[in-house]
Amino acid sequence: MRGLRSRCLTNLPTWSDMSLTTTAMQIFNSLSISSVLLMVALGLSITFGIMRVINFAHGEFVMIGAYVTFLTDRLLYDALGGGTWFLVALLAAFVVTAAIGYLTERSLIRFLYGRPFESILATWGLSLVLQQLARNIFGASNVEVRTPAWLQGGLALADGIQLPANRLFIIAVAVLCVWGTYLFLNRTGAGRSMRAVMQNRSMAGAMGINTAAVDARTFALGSGLAGVAGCVVSLLGSVGPATGQNWIIDSFMVVVLGGVGSIAGAVAGAVLIGAASPLFEFITTSSMGKVIIFALIVVFLQFRPAGFLVQRTRALEGQH
Amino acid sequence: MRFPRALLKALLITGFALLLPFAAFAGGEGEEGDVIKVGVLHSLSGTMSISEVAVKDATILAINEINAAGGLLGKQIVPIIEDGASDWPTFAEKARKLIERDEVEVVFGCWTSASRKAVLPVFEGLDHLLFYPVQYEGLEASKNIIYTGAAPNQQIMPAVSWLLQEKGKNFFLLGSDYVFPRTANKIIKIQLEAEGGNTVAEEYTPLGHTEYATVITKIKAAAPDVIFNTLNGDSNVAFFKQLKAAGIGPDDIPVMSVSVAEEEIKGIGAENIAGHLAAWNYFQSMDSPKNAGFVERYKAAYGDNRVTDDPIEAGYFGVYLWAEAVVKAGTADTAEVRMALRGVEYEAPEGMVKIDPVNNHTWKIVQIGAANAEGQFDILWSTGEPVRPDPFPALISPDEDVIEPGVMGPRS
Repeated sequence: MRGLRSRCLTNLPTWSDMSLTTTAMQIFNSLSISSVLLMVALGLSITFGIMRVINFAHGEFVMIGAYVTFLTDRLLYDALGGGTWFLVALLAAFVVTAAIGYLTERSLIRFLYGRPFESILATWGLSLVLQQLARNIFGASNVEVRTPAWLQGGLALADGIQLPANRLFIIAVAVLCVWGTYLFLNRTGAGRSMRAVMQNRSMAGAMGINTAAVDARTFALGSGLAGVAGCVVSLLGSVGPATGQNWIIDSFMVVVLGGVGSIAGAVAGAVLIGAASPLFEFITTSSMGKVIIFALIVVFLQFRPAGFLVQRTRALEGQH
Repeated sequence: MRFPRALLKALLITGFALLLPFAAFAGGEGEEGDVIKVGVLHSLSGTMSISEVAVKDATILAINEINAAGGLLGKQIVPIIEDGASDWPTFAEKARKLIERDEVEVVFGCWTSASRKAVLPVFEGLDHLLFYPVQYEGLEASKNIIYTGAAPNQQIMPAVSWLLQEKGKNFFLLGSDYVFPRTANKIIKIQLEAEGGNTVAEEYTPLGHTEYATVITKIKAAAPDVIFNTLNGDSNVAFFKQLKAAGIGPDDIPVMSVSVAEEEIKGIGAENIAGHLAAWNYFQSMDSPKNAGFVERYKAAYGDNRVTDDPIEAGYFGVYLWAEAVVKAGTADTAEVRMALRGVEYEAPEGMVKIDPVNNHTWKIVQIGAANAEGQFDILWSTGEPVRPDPFPALISPDEDVIEPGVMGPRS
């Protein structure tokens, strides 16, 4: 009891403790956390948000992306000098994960449309299978992904303020991915047909769109983005069979808070959580910060059950 | 070639019918008398398998070595391996199964304190025997558990004293949010107060936490002399990668870890942790013939890229300590072996180890190392000889001491 009291009374930082340096760092942290969250949630916002499949294996697609990065590191680290292998890894992670996502949709997910409870169980089972597969192939231990030289170190702005290069890189990749996804959905034929199927499946079908093929492509895109996320988060965290589990809750939180059904929603969710969590973590503790975020989301959803950005489409009203 | 369906069916059914009697009798055949059954209970799946699979491997290596050398009392040891699946109720259930159904003589297993606490009532209720291979927070001494990892006075407390002497007075305590780090930090804070140090901040993150940006900002703001790290699992990877990217190196603020060993460094990446510190009873880099042989055999059995570390070594020599006691007792019977274990000694890779006859913990050497670029530790300091284990350090339990495993009495 004594320990708890004294900690609460003496060790909590106050607003006055937040010097200029600290404030600057915290603002950068917000931006960085938002971009990490956005990366891991972007793929989910497509599969969950657009296709209405509750994909519990999303984290494992992130994991696959991370392992692809690991393999690229092992295969190309020496062959490609100067750390360009990491850019190859970024691309390979997208392609491999998208391909696995495509196969998953064709062999499993397509039987589960409109059956949310079965899809929860089936994808959860899939996540266990994928984790155990990773364990059998790569071993139970975490593996090491080396950080390329050009992503080590950082940009020193002033005394005590260093913006880590890897975080700057992740912000850039996140912006590019969102921009690319936006362009794809709005400016290309394939993207437009995805949105058409999402908004009104039977009408899109009647207009001659092959909805089954669109479903598979959409799921592959969502999975591929998860793979890219796996590649970039290998710069920050562990690469192992349980890697996906570390990100799955955060990504659902982003999508649910931001509003199901739109890329803009995912961005809004990521920015909101990314801005709030370093703040609460700083004035309380990491555990407490997380509790406060969860509590606030619960309260927020009482008032806006559909999330921050509400998308009104027929697909979201229970028809599929 | 096409088989008629009916023929195929008939073939299948006859096949099963032929196999059935074997399946039914396989369990009862020739088990009594000529083998000694032991249980191995670790997480082979789920999040803890990252650490526990390697300890299971070491335990099996020791069993195979004893068998290859002629077995124990002329009998072969048969390990029965169960998966605790990183789930604490499963650990309790599998422990009960090993004892009651498989009738093993001893169980080697567990990693987290949570899993140990979960199986404790099973081993006490059935009056059985568990070898527990991992350092832990102390404050426990069961007559049914042999603790082959470090007690607090064999790892955490010497590390704090060493840091106070070598690195400075201001400590930043960082840990995962569960029983081990919280209890460890309770001990550290009391010790710092007693020895003239200072706790500048105490921070916990949930298990599996991956975002350390804010914690690092807090570390910069608090400007401690040293970070005492009791993070567990994947979080260590995230923490060390992000600490380095934020421009904080071991020369600025050294990190002392008590849950990061050679196996964890493989996942963290040697370049991310090089120069930081760890306190253990065993390092793979220890220079002794006994250790060289152990490392060589472990790599030969499981692959050249594998490393040994403290819990792996404790999982290994635990089997030998038990074997010594079996020989001493002249039987593998659980109750008699438990009595024979008191005071048993063995020349382990880390040096001489001995079961303390009073509290069932192990006398062990204590060492501090700095991680190097090869993912190994350069040993900076060592007690040189085994330290008596004290699961209830006088600092935090001034009135009580263990007078016999499971029994507490006034501290003399």
